[in-house]
Amino acid sequence: MHPALQAIVTIIIGVGGCVGYFYFSNQFLDKVLFPARGPNAGRNITRANMIRPWLFLMPALLALGVYLAYPVVETLRLSLTERLPGGESQYVGLANYQQMFAEPKFWEAMRNNMMWLLVVPALSTVFGLLAAQLSDRVRWGNLAKSLIFMPMAISFVGAAVIWKLVYDARPVGQDQIGVLNALYMFFGGTEPKNWLTMIGPNNYLLMIVLVWIQTGFAMVILSAALRGIPEETVEAAIVDGANPFQVFFKIKVPQIMGTIVVVWTTITIVVLKVFDIVFAMTNGQWETQVLANYMYDKLFRANDWGVGSASAMIIMLLVSPILVWNVYNARKEMK
Amino acid sequence: MSNIAGTKSSLTWAVHLSLAALVLLWLFPTVGLLVSSFRTSDQIASTGWWKAMVPSEQNLTLRTGGAEDQVQKEGGFVIEGNLFGEPGDAVISVWGTSSRAISDYQAGETAELKDDATLTVQSNGDYQMQSPEEFTGKRGQRIFVTARTPPEFTLRNYKYVLFDPSNREGMAKAFFNTLTVTIPATIIPILVAAFAAYALAWMDFPGRALLIAAVVGLLVVPLQLALIPLLKLHNEIGIGKGYLGAWLAHTGFGLPLAIYLLRNYMVGLPRDIIENAKVDGATDFQIFTKIILPLSFPALASFAIFQFLWTWNDLLVALVFLIDSTGDTTVMTKQIVELLGTRGGNWEILATSAFVSIAVPLGVFFAMQKYLVRGLLAGSVK
Amino acid sequence: MTNLKLTNVEKTYAGNINVLNDINLDIKTGELIVFVGPSGCGKSTLLRMIAGLETITSGDFTIDGVRMNDMPPAQRGIAMVFQSYALYPHMTVRDNMSFALKLAKKPQAEIDAAIDRVAATLQLTDYLDRLPKALSGGQRQRVAIGRSIVRDPKVYLFDEPLSNLDAALRVATRIEIAQLKESMPDSTMVYVTHDQVEAMTLASRIVVLANKGIAQVGTPLDLYERPENEFVAQFIGSPAMNLLSGTVEQTGEVTQVRVDHGGGSISANIPTRADMQGMSVNIGIRPEDMEPTTSDNYAFENVVEIAEALGEVTQVYFKRQTANANPVIAKLQGIHREVRGQTMRMTAEPGKVHLFADGQSLLYR
Repeated sequence: MHPALQAIVTIIIGVGGCVGYFYFSNQFLDKVLFPARGPNAGRNITRANMIRPWLFLMPALLALGVYLAYPVVETLRLSLTERLPGGESQYVGLANYQQMFAEPKFWEAMRNNMMWLLVVPALSTVFGLLAAQLSDRVRWGNLAKSLIFMPMAISFVGAAVIWKLVYDARPVGQDQIGVLNALYMFFGGTEPKNWLTMIGPNNYLLMIVLVWIQTGFAMVILSAALRGIPEETVEAAIVDGANPFQVFFKIKVPQIMGTIVVVWTTITIVVLKVFDIVFAMTNGQWETQVLANYMYDKLFRANDWGVGSASAMIIMLLVSPILVWNVYNARKEMK
Repeated sequence: MSNIAGTKSSLTWAVHLSLAALVLLWLFPTVGLLVSSFRTSDQIASTGWWKAMVPSEQNLTLRTGGAEDQVQKEGGFVIEGNLFGEPGDAVISVWGTSSRAISDYQAGETAELKDDATLTVQSNGDYQMQSPEEFTGKRGQRIFVTARTPPEFTLRNYKYVLFDPSNREGMAKAFFNTLTVTIPATIIPILVAAFAAYALAWMDFPGRALLIAAVVGLLVVPLQLALIPLLKLHNEIGIGKGYLGAWLAHTGFGLPLAIYLLRNYMVGLPRDIIENAKVDGATDFQIFTKIILPLSFPALASFAIFQFLWTWNDLLVALVFLIDSTGDTTVMTKQIVELLGTRGGNWEILATSAFVSIAVPLGVFFAMQKYLVRGLLAGSVK
Repeated sequence: MTNLKLTNVEKTYAGNINVLNDINLDIKTGELIVFVGPSGCGKSTLLRMIAGLETITSGDFTIDGVRMNDMPPAQRGIAMVFQSYALYPHMTVRDNMSFALKLAKKPQAEIDAAIDRVAATLQLTDYLDRLPKALSGGQRQRVAIGRSIVRDPKVYLFDEPLSNLDAALRVATRIEIAQLKESMPDSTMVYVTHDQVEAMTLASRIVVLANKGIAQVGTPLDLYERPENEFVAQFIGSPAMNLLSGTVEQTGEVTQVRVDHGGGSISANIPTRADMQGMSVNIGIRPEDMEPTTSDNYAFENVVEIAEALGEVTQVYFKRQTANANPVIAKLQGIHREVRGQTMRMTAEPGKVHLFADGQSLLYR
């Protein structure tokens, strides 16, 4: 079957199946199981209403369970076992972790990830805050926001191509077609650099790609928060004699601190999962390995499920503080 | 703020300038890719794309026609033609016949070649080579010219990348594959999540708060964790690698955000309206389809955009769950990564392929930005 | 015939937060019952329990003798008008009004006829194809009412329907509701408000709710003239009834009481038994019943601290008898700026003096 046709059939089956499931299961509940008729009508309705939420939730719970909850447990199990020939597996305790901790590549990935964690959220938030504050003060602010926000729609792979062109290097004597080298030569560089292979700076050059993408996100959220600040507090500060910088740093920023934290943590999660950019630009060579790509290497190149799962658990471990914090906040809010 | 008396205009200028600088900085890389995708490989390789807007001075190596083009005229043999194939917009200023002396002659001058042959090159590329003897070389005479070419853009790259059936690395097929992955993977989670979100927002049952907390928790669970267990599962139940697996995976991974966004939105709908519908005799199913769904359109649109962008731009899920060894189901992101490996220097192909893949999300982005922003705010500002 | 009966009804949230206790109420056909009470007294909760939007924790609720506790809202034969109107924003006025009938699978011709009839009565005919957002506040309110009329319910429930309207519109709509009630003498209505003017003007009987229970049920004038307790006495009427502490001086058909803190002695048309001699009471006099006097039968004599001339009346605030006593207010007809700083002796007719002991009126002892 042609994939396009298959897609249409899937949409019809998927959508029709979902709607049909919801409709008929409700009908069944109301008409067959607990009919709202007869002497027990009232009680039946109450009973039906106790079951109905679970009808509505079932497909979602099933999908969440199979696709997110079960893998967490299964990955944990896999990280403690070793595959034996013939599909069997054997419990090996923490051996996978020990093996992983002995690998320099793992520590390189950890080190790089930590740098990513420091640099990307910080720069994105700062640039986002700057863009939000500036664009709220000019008439063409919305256009500016739109353009800064745009990279959000671009895939990491697309961004990788875009920035590889920026970092491109041509041999000495030729015109440089990468902006970075062109600028470097213009300002007196002697020979063009192969930026992505320069151990050290290359990590930061990869980070810039993610900063470029995430700044728009930070800007949008922070801009909304800045607009949510009561105008009166700013006006009061101006009457009190604060200059624009004092207004910004002493009045506005403290009031949106909560939002800044949200933006920071959201970007942190993105950073922890970053894979495509490194995979497409350097594939972890020249000491640019990160955890997610290290894990992909272990899983699909080295075919080592144990160590791969162990590294996945490390990523999980790193996001769990944020997870706990989010859940805690959500629960507090519902009360 | 602009109404306040005595605001300094120098500061206003500083704001305008710094914002403009920021916007240009953010726009520059993408524009580079876009411009490059409309240039020929020669142009890309010889000058930076930022020079594409102005006429460029290029050093080209061209050839005259070979021996088979010669005609016999009175007293000798002549090869005539145009160095660029046909007279174009390029203007030759100086030229030479050896790589060590590429600017020996002005346009219109005549050069003496060996064996008494002469060569005249006009500024528009027309040349005439004369010799008393018959020409023998098959490949013609090499000519080094310095030419000013006006800005020139071409759609040839797009034709090649999208419509050339002989191009095995073309994007047409990957484009449709991406579309095939994206549409069901966007629609199905919305439907599943909407029902669940309604239950979590407006139905009362034990364990509701716990489920909401669980959804919030699953929101940040890294995709990486799911790869092996699910690949194993897919293989065990016979789905293997393919569209079905990709659709299911995208559905599962998209659900937490979908439920979270939609529930937050639905909770904000006025309670009175829902209660009024109950008094009017609507069942939960009817309240959902006739009241909640139409009123939740903005939230549905927000999530649809997110999920669309995410599935369209995805690489990891496609690599793990979709693309098998035959490569028939390859998607654009994977195709581009391949090109980066095999055709890393062919910027015209790379730029065009990348732009084909980011054009659709950019279109969606600019058309539906309002909903995207609204969704972002609903999803993270608390 | 539609009779609503609540017997020993109780409402408890989350197992331990008790909001309503021991509610007994009998609502007869054709009545317009108004629930009033301070915010948080549970009046809306009681209405929502009648509607079926809240479960009844214990006790019985019947309509025409049929127990309704477990019946879903749609099957109770009620219609409800919400404070926010609760119009479906994505449906036209016509669709809003026909929604319930369509769900009940009524024939289209019948639906159309009902809508045309109701729209004509409420002057909504020209707006039937508009969306709610294109209507003014008053029109939305009328749609909400029309939507309930179309269903021809046995019981109408109104949850503070006028509180989102501006003052002028509120009066106009109040009169419309009163007229509507008159045109439908057989329909029973239950109306919740915190606005006592609405309660006094609309109700055939008022239910005052306080402290998780019913403080008093009665006609508006009953409540005004013969409040059962201090709460009702102070809740109905504005400004609230003045309460002065005192003691019974002389019992009998007419009771003589002396006001504490150097007040006078005043008679009240309330019979007392001989054993009540010397009892501590609170003497209640409404500001509008106070009048200046020179006779010996007076409540108190004090300095006027503030005089607010409102045009029609002047509100006079007397110096407090003790530091923590409530201010005493009198309403004098006409404009009296000159009284500020003067000492005035105030009294009231014996029929307008209320006596309370332990918060309960002596009238009902």
